[in-house]
Amino acid sequence: MGGKLLEIKDLHIHYVLEEETVYAVNGLNFSLEKGESIGIVGETGAGKTTTALAIMGLIPDPPGRIIRGSIMFEGQDVTKMSEAQLRNLRGNKISMVFQDPMTALNPVLSVGDQIEEVILLHNDVSRVEAREKAIEMLEMVGIPCERHLDYPHQFSGGMRQRVVIAMALACNPNLLIADEPTTALDVTIQAQVLELMQRLRKEHGTAMIMITHDLGIVAKICDKVAIVYAGEIVELGSKKDIFTDMKHPYTVGLFNSIPDIESDSKELHVIEGAMPDPSHLPEGCKFYPRCPDRTDVCKTGRVPTYELTPGHIVSCVKFDTGGSKCLNC
Amino acid sequence: MSELLRVENLKKYFPTRQGMLQAVDDITFSVSAGETLGIVGESGCGKSTLGRVILHLHERTDGRIIFNGEDISDVSRARLKELRKDMQIIFQDPYSSLDPRKTVASIIGEPLTIYRLTKSRNEYYEKVLKMMDVVGLPERTMYLYPHELDGGLRQRVGIARALILQPKLIVCDEPVSALDVSIQAQILNLMMRLQEDLGLTYLFITHDLSVVKHVSNDIMVMYLGQMVEKAAADEIFKHRYHPYTKALISAIPIPKYGAPDNQIILKGEISSPINIGNTCRFAPRCIYAKPDCFDQEPILEEVVPNHFVKCHYAREINNL
Repeated sequence: MGGKLLEIKDLHIHYVLEEETVYAVNGLNFSLEKGESIGIVGETGAGKTTTALAIMGLIPDPPGRIIRGSIMFEGQDVTKMSEAQLRNLRGNKISMVFQDPMTALNPVLSVGDQIEEVILLHNDVSRVEAREKAIEMLEMVGIPCERHLDYPHQFSGGMRQRVVIAMALACNPNLLIADEPTTALDVTIQAQVLELMQRLRKEHGTAMIMITHDLGIVAKICDKVAIVYAGEIVELGSKKDIFTDMKHPYTVGLFNSIPDIESDSKELHVIEGAMPDPSHLPEGCKFYPRCPDRTDVCKTGRVPTYELTPGHIVSCVKFDTGGSKCLNC
Repeated sequence: MSELLRVENLKKYFPTRQGMLQAVDDITFSVSAGETLGIVGESGCGKSTLGRVILHLHERTDGRIIFNGEDISDVSRARLKELRKDMQIIFQDPYSSLDPRKTVASIIGEPLTIYRLTKSRNEYYEKVLKMMDVVGLPERTMYLYPHELDGGLRQRVGIARALILQPKLIVCDEPVSALDVSIQAQILNLMMRLQEDLGLTYLFITHDLSVVKHVSNDIMVMYLGQMVEKAAADEIFKHRYHPYTKALISAIPIPKYGAPDNQIILKGEISSPINIGNTCRFAPRCIYAKPDCFDQEPILEEVVPNHFVKCHYAREINNL
């Protein structure tokens, strides 16, 4: 791996509505090397998808607004790009696989046409060459080439997601953002799709951001993991850091609340309560109301972020041991 | 323990323009009072249809349903209304299964009104409030509408509504699939506590194997309308004999660092449930399939005591 592909610094995104402001992303920091994969894990409303859309320059404005921060992709700030620059980026350098493959595809164009469109847009090729490449992409994801004239509704959910993946990889992007790509699929089909994504990514050296709520998927395919809660990364580290040495009380709670197929215990550990409404976030630590280890210190003020070991970062006062480096004090 | 529900050779076919869609085909099982039967399978395997046929939400095509010692395969409307007091359902989607124009209290209390079970308004509210307390709904939510609640609270409303008539059997149709993991854990714990306190019997329908293992006594795996394997929950996770169950369990991504990667990746997808001939329904995707799997439907066999498998080669594949 050489050099930073993506670096997000202090990103704040709000949705400013008439009656209230939704604080979707509140100071997000992470970076990604070339060819690396990061899993962004969190619950509904944690700001995962908003972050992904921001990287693609797709935050709807209004009501969405990037308040602060930068998203450097290959040395350029996405937040400052013109619409033309963004168009050149999307589908070409960065592409995205969405959760629901039915709504991500155009129902009135054949799948071959849809893949061809991306190729024609970003490459200097003839229609015939583009069609050949489109068919090649379909075969690569395991769809028989004669089906390139079929329409999305003629495919099953798993096949549709393969089409979306073929389209996303058609221009050989440097970064693939996958937003819950298998949530709508059955578990045996999920296994097929994940394996396909993993194989293609390895072959092409594509970096990936995998947005999911499933820690099992992260364990299978990611190098790094970011745990997000209420628009902030509460813990970030290598897969090994997060899975074997989790620190933040939310991360611990998240792991404990998954029913473990390998254990026999009957009572699940729960995180009490629910995630705060992103338009009325608590002061201080956002996890305070649900945290089993809360103290009065957490109620107000800024939550310190510590780097415990190189690359393992956690935002919680508990880890003020003196020895570890504070990143924002 | 006494048997609460028995289903014998239950079938549900839907006529379609292309032919008969065999949604539920020849299912037989029984559940003891106070226990949970987990029904697992992927979309389109007929697990929800099975739950609904048992509750008479769909009329069966053939077979018998015996509830609490009574044959309820054919019942009058009046008797069915009485029976529904004892058999309730919790739906998957707490967003679409609650009437958006009713308050929490009136959703939970509606069954009481339908069955005229309370004599006064005071008694009605007393019962509703007690139920809300049982499922952990704060009193302040009483006059709120479903859209004002988060997913976890909404599913609690669904559970309270199902429980208020003090049923014996509850069909839980993917009750936690729409919820976030931390909320899912809360609801699962609640359901298990209620089962213990109230002696409920659950048919727990889900596609999530780790959830089903957590809650069930017995597990039944379905594929294309048929039962392919059934055994005690611990047993099926230790020894699975059917190639489909093997693949299904191996496909769950395990949230552990360095978890062994011995997934069985199935080829292809679930085939059409319309006009299936005399064949093993899983054969087209099976890695062990032999020619006769396509010519002869396997029978459900007890390979070891209380462990049923529907596969010609279950013994050979597993060196039994």
